Amino acid sequence: MPYNKPLPQATPETQPFWDSLKRHQMQLQRCQDCREFYFYPRPFCPRCYSANVAWEDVSGRATLETYVINHRAAPRFEEDAPYVIAVVTLAEGPRMMTNLVGVDPDPGKLPPDLALEVVYDDVTDEVTLPKFRPA
Amino acid sequence: MGGCSFLIHVRHATAAIAAGMADVVLITHGESGRSRIGVGGQGAAPAQPAGQFQAPYGVGGPPTMFSIPVARYMQRFGVTEEQLASVAVSTRKWATLNPRAAMRDPITVEDVLASRLICWPLHLLNCCLVTDGGGALVLVSEERARDFPKKPVYVLGAGESVEHVNVSMMRDFHESKAYRVAGENAFRMAGLGTDAIDHTMLYDAFTHTPVYMLEALGIAQPGEGTSFFESGRAAPGGDFPINTNGGGLSYTHTGMYGMFAMTESITQLRGEAGERQVPGVEVGLVHGAGGMFSAGATLIWTNQ
Ligand SMILES: [Zn+2]
Repeated sequence: MPYNKPLPQATPETQPFWDSLKRHQMQLQRCQDCREFYFYPRPFCPRCYSANVAWEDVSGRATLETYVINHRAAPRFEEDAPYVIAVVTLAEGPRMMTNLVGVDPDPGKLPPDLALEVVYDDVTDEVTLPKFRPA
Repeated sequence: MGGCSFLIHVRHATAAIAAGMADVVLITHGESGRSRIGVGGQGAAPAQPAGQFQAPYGVGGPPTMFSIPVARYMQRFGVTEEQLASVAVSTRKWATLNPRAAMRDPITVEDVLASRLICWPLHLLNCCLVTDGGGALVLVSEERARDFPKKPVYVLGAGESVEHVNVSMMRDFHESKAYRVAGENAFRMAGLGTDAIDHTMLYDAFTHTPVYMLEALGIAQPGEGTSFFESGRAAPGGDFPINTNGGGLSYTHTGMYGMFAMTESITQLRGEAGERQVPGVEVGLVHGAGGMFSAGATLIWTNQ
């Protein structure tokens, strides 16, 4: 069955992020002046406002910042419920929303700060979503 | 600004009247949250940040987004699901005294935890209602209000603040900066401290939102917001009554609840709250939430 869940539509500012996921090597923008990594993608550093920014590889390592276990599925996610929607903190600093995969949807087994690693989920030929599993 | 827009309208209207730019300001709210008459499509456009960086992971409305910070809050402060449930229990006690409340049967912590899971850690009874409703208020200058047949309420302080657009970008998941800044500005403008507040309305979209607000406003210490409700201080007969109409949890919640928090505060300041009237209310506080911890607004007003 074709993938029918919501898909991201890249903009010129975010295209390199989505392209890097398709290559299975996540990249984020990093300020070349203050050295801060940041997310979402944007053409300037949110910390020091420098426009001297570049895309760099990141490790894919992260920790579990916070999460919910959704029992009342969003439309087209019915077969996944209950599923974990998480915010993770990447080793390089930025945070992003994601899903946890390969886990029991059980709060007793999902302590905040749990060590995680990225999983590249090729949901369509065009789109790869970054998801995370216990490291 | 979502559900706290109406509090922010009061702040802006007060400034406009003081500046001579308006004489009479009408602030209104009406929403068909339950019947969904005239409600447009929902969901983020796929190129928006929420469409690119949240929607693909199956978020589906406020129960899956307003709830995101709570697991971190619980871990940091050692707060339990039972303690979160105590907010719903306290608020329902007030609803039993409000003939207009949608849910009036008393509930227990066990009832909350036994209600079906919506989005852990939220059970059904941790979540607000979805209703139709509306409200309005009129603002004029102090001078204009003098010969009104009804006793007016005077705005003493107002604050508003915005943090993030999408909840995944919230800076600290265990506390709300938007709520804190709005509260600080309102207390500073009023020249009052928390000990001056006789009656409090906190936007309860979920059981945790008034908890974050109590802590952001400096009424409870960090991590002690649920204990405040557990102790009975916020319930009928308590020394710090909160959400005396039954709140969004048990009275009404159209989708943007801020107007109803204000109308209950004014009703209490006018002494017109019937069986649930808090004795001797002179100063009221209302705190509203906008978006998913995105914005906050605080009003402090008096009948004196
Ligand atoms: Zn920088």
